[in-house]
Amino acid sequence: MTPVRHLYVHLPFCAHRCGYCDFVTAVGRRDQHRAYVDALLRELERERPVLADELETVFLGGGTPTYTEPAELERLLASLPPAVEVTVEANPETVTPGLARLLRRSRVTRISVGAQTFRPELLRVLERVAGPDDVRRAVHHLRDAGFDNVSLDLVYGIPGQSASDLEADLGDALALGPEHLSCYELEAKPGTRFTHAWGAELTRQTDAMEDYFERVVTRLTGAGFRWYETANFCRVDRSGRDLRARHNLAYWLGRDYLGLGMGAVSTIENRRWRNTPRLGRYLEALAAGRAPEREVETLDAAVRSRERVMLGLRLDEPLALAGLEAAVDPDGLVRAGELGLATSTDNTVALTARGRFLGDAVTAAIVA
Amino acid sequence: MGSVCGGGEEEARKRSTIARGMDQSRIRNFSIIAHIDHGKSTLADRILELTDTVSAREMREQLLDSMELERERGITIKAQAVRVAWKGHELNLIDTPGHVDFTYEVSRSLQACEGALLVVDAAQGIEAQTLANAYLAIEGGLEIVPVANKIDLPQADPVATAIEVADLLGDDPARVLRISAKTGAGVADVLDAIVERVPAPAGDAGAPARALVFDSAYDQYRGVVAFVRVVDGSFSVREELRTMATGTRFDAEELGFFSPTMTPVDSLGAGEVGYVVTGLKDVSRLRVGDTLTAVKRPAAQPLPGYKDVKPMVFAGLFPTESDDYPELRDALERLKLNDAALVYEPETSQALGFGFRCGFLGLLHMEIVRERLEREFDLDLLVTAPNVAYRVREKNADWVEVHNPAEFPREVEEVEEPYVKASIIVPKEYVGAVMELNNERRGTFDHLEYLSPERVHLTYELPLAEIVLDYYDQLKSRTRGYASFDYDLAGFKAGELVRVDVLVAQEPVDALSLIIHRDLAYDRGRLLVEKLREEIPRQMFDVPIQAAIGSRVIARETVKAKRKDVLAKCYGGDITRKRKLLEKQKAGKRRMKQVGAVEVPQEAFLAVLNIGQGGDGRRS
Repeated sequence: MTPVRHLYVHLPFCAHRCGYCDFVTAVGRRDQHRAYVDALLRELERERPVLADELETVFLGGGTPTYTEPAELERLLASLPPAVEVTVEANPETVTPGLARLLRRSRVTRISVGAQTFRPELLRVLERVAGPDDVRRAVHHLRDAGFDNVSLDLVYGIPGQSASDLEADLGDALALGPEHLSCYELEAKPGTRFTHAWGAELTRQTDAMEDYFERVVTRLTGAGFRWYETANFCRVDRSGRDLRARHNLAYWLGRDYLGLGMGAVSTIENRRWRNTPRLGRYLEALAAGRAPEREVETLDAAVRSRERVMLGLRLDEPLALAGLEAAVDPDGLVRAGELGLATSTDNTVALTARGRFLGDAVTAAIVA
Repeated sequence: MGSVCGGGEEEARKRSTIARGMDQSRIRNFSIIAHIDHGKSTLADRILELTDTVSAREMREQLLDSMELERERGITIKAQAVRVAWKGHELNLIDTPGHVDFTYEVSRSLQACEGALLVVDAAQGIEAQTLANAYLAIEGGLEIVPVANKIDLPQADPVATAIEVADLLGDDPARVLRISAKTGAGVADVLDAIVERVPAPAGDAGAPARALVFDSAYDQYRGVVAFVRVVDGSFSVREELRTMATGTRFDAEELGFFSPTMTPVDSLGAGEVGYVVTGLKDVSRLRVGDTLTAVKRPAAQPLPGYKDVKPMVFAGLFPTESDDYPELRDALERLKLNDAALVYEPETSQALGFGFRCGFLGLLHMEIVRERLEREFDLDLLVTAPNVAYRVREKNADWVEVHNPAEFPREVEEVEEPYVKASIIVPKEYVGAVMELNNERRGTFDHLEYLSPERVHLTYELPLAEIVLDYYDQLKSRTRGYASFDYDLAGFKAGELVRVDVLVAQEPVDALSLIIHRDLAYDRGRLLVEKLREEIPRQMFDVPIQAAIGSRVIARETVKAKRKDVLAKCYGGDITRKRKLLEKQKAGKRRMKQVGAVEVPQEAFLAVLNIGQGGDGRRS
């Protein structure tokens, strides 16, 4: 078995659960942070045999990883295997000069800041704790601590948002000089209180979404960013540094990854599993020396191949088709080519710009 | 099949008085003409009760309506006859279908009678359908016995009704019987009036045998059962018989009459009404209106009036699931056994797949067939917009009849379309609304007459094509439901008709082609493409939708290409969900109908077909 070189660690704690959020989170619970980190480390010990000694990437996601008790966060980071890229997600209001220094000395190389928007009224709609200036301060504190790889998350399609709000957000984000930007449409899940509260306005935003998406791509590529994945942009560094999110790139390239923590997903060879999303059950199991409850999905080679195509077509680099022939519908490929949505050679395929805007539909045409 | 069933011995004994051969002078054959809900079935039930033909205990609600569908719709599709005894006479009640589509069958049923009860609801007055059938009866020389029914209702106006009916018949209002079939009041008077006023049959008992086939039914065990009225001579059981128009030969396996159950006899004589079990396996070999005679001593001339009934309304029937095609074919075969008027042939549509182009007598006939297919055979159907039969002549060619817009030549020298004579009765305040509707529908005014100070009878000539659209719904809605309507086919006339094709991304969609008057082509073409633009989901490229006459585009819309179809977020925890969405999207594509490069959901065709059908575009 090839050792796994990508590790995801889930830190579920948050100060507040935002209305639109559908991640596995736990509000507050400061008294449980220690126990949780203990559990993570036990799970790591159990899974260690599958991991390479030196990892390519580690990603701490949440929740709000930077809401975790600083001492526990530091203990966790110190115990993880070394990696070339270590990313931590951070909410702006949690990034103090002290925290920035803690992350830096813990060998974290990259911070992803959840800015979402710079409009105060839209931040309120999203129920975010931070204000626009918290985002700016956070980026400065990170720079002061020596971080040279900072990413900002933006969200569009927020109830009440206009096209000019979005343009202003993009401008404000670019002004902070980030190395990387992720721009997502707001995905309001049916049945959540958020969807209930904003029904009609969400419908209006859905109609505006295609315009927003085009604005995002036009504005960021115009500012010299590389649109390297459907929702991700990186600065093209003169020194030749590759500023793509290396951990996420591993997902899109179909690599194996191990996920630790409640609700975390792992994919290793023909198995994908998700840990229990319930904090109590997760802690209990590991405290008792058992593996957490897991929902397991078996993936045969054909499924993994189709996933490779599905994920690979999200990238700007051509997808190598060697070994994936069975997962591709040649007629669909020809049709996508005729429509100017994809370009292919004998052994690669890539979507054109227009094809990438229609990525799901084109992928449905190309995947066998 | 409820109409074909055996009778118990006891019942046979009870009716032995009427089973023996009867002197013609003591036979009375009659029908009941009435609008739906005016009480025909109730009156028939009362007559059966009063004559001890069936006891109250045996009484089933609306006994004559045997099919489930008829009961629910309140109409009678197939006629049959019941024999009753009254004061030393043999009375044969011959049931008539109640609807316009079956005018020919009504006329054959009436031809089997010497008289008819004209039953009018005293609370409603005469309706167009009643009028049409009453005229048929008068033209057939029948003695009409007018009856004002439902006099027990508080809102009944028997005096006004009697005057209206007497006016129509040129009769004395005093001779209009006033009854309540519901309570039984006056029903005995009705039977007496039949005996007194309706003439006895006047056939020649010694002549070669002739009988009119006025209806038929199919029984899966006994084959085709013919309902006959013997005119001359007599028929014996096991005798070899022949139909004079179609030349079909068979042995009379059984002769008999209904009273109300099947009662076999050895022979049926002149003037009598009864049934013949033929053993034939297909109703189309024994057509309504044909004349039966004996092979051994055949008649020289058939009875007059036989017509080969031809379907006038056509539509494509397609199974919603293409796998159901064999089931649809079997179901049509079985329906056809019992419905000689139904015709069908296989049709292939690039948009809707494999199905059948079916011909019907009219819209109601179409609805009945469709409902029976869906209800009795559990099929889910797509029905294209109905069209009529066209007579078309291309340059230097002969006339041909076209039943499918997709086969209509794009260049024609001459076209003819069927017309109807429409008869409409409305309260006078709606005359304007009816005239306006008829003008919109290319109608030609014919005649206006006041039936009473309040009610007006209008006649118009209208193209049948204008009626098969949403005419009836429009008439009802513009007259707040007060109008009653009937029509009779009035032959073919030349028309300025064109074929309009609908093209999706330059590909013609056969199922959406239509034949329409040149003046209406632009409006309808525009409506069609607008509707299609709403219904066709945005694709990965612009999709032009056009309506065209020949190569000339008369309307155009564009379904703009989608600009975004991708969900932004996809990380390690999202992959399974994303893959499932992709698989769903992929499966969704497979369910689409492919028109050229365009994927069109079947629902889009349905919605467009429905505007073709106007307001009646409902789906099962």
